[in-house]
Amino acid sequence: MTETTTATSIQSPGWERVPPRRGRWRWWKILRRNRPAALALVFLLVLIGSALWAPQIAPYDPNAQEYAFLAPPSWAHPLGTDDLSRDLFSRIVYGSRISLFVGITTVLISMVVGVVLGLVAGYYGGWIDNLIMRYIDLQWAFPNFIIAVYLVAVFGTGLSNVIIAVTLAFLDDFARIVRGMVLSLREQEFVLAARAMGASDIRILFRHILPNTLAPVIVQATVSVSYAILAEAGLSFLGLGVKPTTPTWGLILSDARSFFSRGWWLAVFPGLAITLTVLSINFLGDALRDMLDVREHTEERH
Amino acid sequence: MTRYIIRRTLAALVVVWAVGTLVFFALRAVPGDPISAMLADVDPSMAEQLRQKFGLDKPVYVQYGLWMLRTLQGDLGNSIYGSNVAVSRIIAEALPRTLSLAALSLVISLSIALVAGIVSAIRRNSLLDHSMTFLAFLGLSMPDFWLGILLIIVFAVKLGWLPAIGYKPLSDGLWPWFSHLILPAVAAGTPFSAIIARMTRSAMLEVLNSEYIKVARAKGLHERTVILVHGLKNALIPVVTVMGIAFALLMSGTVIVENVFAIKGLGRVLIQGILNRDYPVVQGAILVVSMVFVFSNLLVDILYTVIDPRIRYET
Repeated sequence: MTETTTATSIQSPGWERVPPRRGRWRWWKILRRNRPAALALVFLLVLIGSALWAPQIAPYDPNAQEYAFLAPPSWAHPLGTDDLSRDLFSRIVYGSRISLFVGITTVLISMVVGVVLGLVAGYYGGWIDNLIMRYIDLQWAFPNFIIAVYLVAVFGTGLSNVIIAVTLAFLDDFARIVRGMVLSLREQEFVLAARAMGASDIRILFRHILPNTLAPVIVQATVSVSYAILAEAGLSFLGLGVKPTTPTWGLILSDARSFFSRGWWLAVFPGLAITLTVLSINFLGDALRDMLDVREHTEERH
Repeated sequence: MTRYIIRRTLAALVVVWAVGTLVFFALRAVPGDPISAMLADVDPSMAEQLRQKFGLDKPVYVQYGLWMLRTLQGDLGNSIYGSNVAVSRIIAEALPRTLSLAALSLVISLSIALVAGIVSAIRRNSLLDHSMTFLAFLGLSMPDFWLGILLIIVFAVKLGWLPAIGYKPLSDGLWPWFSHLILPAVAAGTPFSAIIARMTRSAMLEVLNSEYIKVARAKGLHERTVILVHGLKNALIPVVTVMGIAFALLMSGTVIVENVFAIKGLGRVLIQGILNRDYPVVQGAILVVSMVFVFSNLLVDILYTVIDPRIRYET
């Protein structure tokens, strides 16, 4: 009898489809096959549009007080009004500005800084690697949200401090991924060849090594945006974020706590906005991970 | 093994010390101290008096030395804001609440996750499996504080089955304790459940495909024995590898969920401290919260060797 070895690579349903490798329409084809990702993309585009054109889309000024105290959803106020008679739909539309702005800027800065730290640490090694990695490991011992809370504790509350805190809190993910890849890349022939030809360190790092680390970094960045949005919402909810009058999803939810029995819509809709946004980014991140083929490098932490 | 545990314990203490030190200096490097925040610069002479009382007038390195010395003796200073209570007392009251919440949350979300993961694996690609995949995605995407609010609205406000906020110690009886903690426990443990359920599903699928499961079935063992004894036991190993990350999420969930349910645990102490700019409270809370994180992580790593005897940490 012949011995059989069982194939043991089993992943989630969407993962089994092998993406088409080439062709102009590759991305389109992938999106057509992956329905959740396509839906997510549409939702995110609508969201970005509503953030950009909030003044045109929102039916009311987000801080204007209408003559409708805690009014349930109706034709005049599609998502109801709050305890200060402000239109909830308008506040949620304006709130998307802060959420998306914080989520995207923090992750962009944190990605650039984290990637450079990872490149330097991995490429040069020695004391500089030691110095950088000791700090990165320290952050790694805690979830990003907790690091953000610690940093707000130090810097103080407010929008700009929240942005600094969230940016710093997400650094370690990028630095670790890039450093790990650089360690193996720097020994490979194409890098040795570049060095033999007299290329400078900067050139080797940015022209030869960096492009090879990009795929996992992009996937991590996508996932990080969703966690950064959650972190901002959480900090705002706790009262550590923006000033109380600014409409943000976390803050509206925080206000909703006083009106559980009389205004369920205040608690339901902003949370739904956060969840749908984060869910969409996660679906998109998952599709990207499949497309770029980088399962094992990224981590699910927030 | 003993040497490994000792080495890791020391490393964990170094992490806590480093966090404490960084926070100590960073707090003093940032402009504006709690006294001026409290008095808003109305009375300079009184502010000076208060600074002297709390030792904030001394050079930073002297303050640091004193802080280290006192911290090692378990003295975390006094709360600046309000009633001037010892920080160690505030934390001693808060810690059991947080640990209660985390423990209950762990038990509930682990049982849900294991059952969901196993069922998903057995009924692979069924409607049930797909809905569980979606629920897991949802659980990871939903803010835990929002879930907490929704649970309060449904179970406390609309149905009136459970109390909305507060905490009762176990000494008040099992039901008061449990009824106050069940909603926050579910809210804090949902991301944990989602990760563990996904991992259990894929580990289970892999194990159920292996030769020894075929042998077990061929022997005519009851399907339940095959799955629970032969399958689950081996599937647990990869599950424990994500346990550390998942548990850290659960703990960070308790920090925020305590604030939703008005449970005066560590998380609420920390956030209130930040809002009041009460430095000793913030410093003490960060120190203890960090300790909880670092040592729970260590515990998971030790648990790993217990579940999989093939893993041996050298020295």
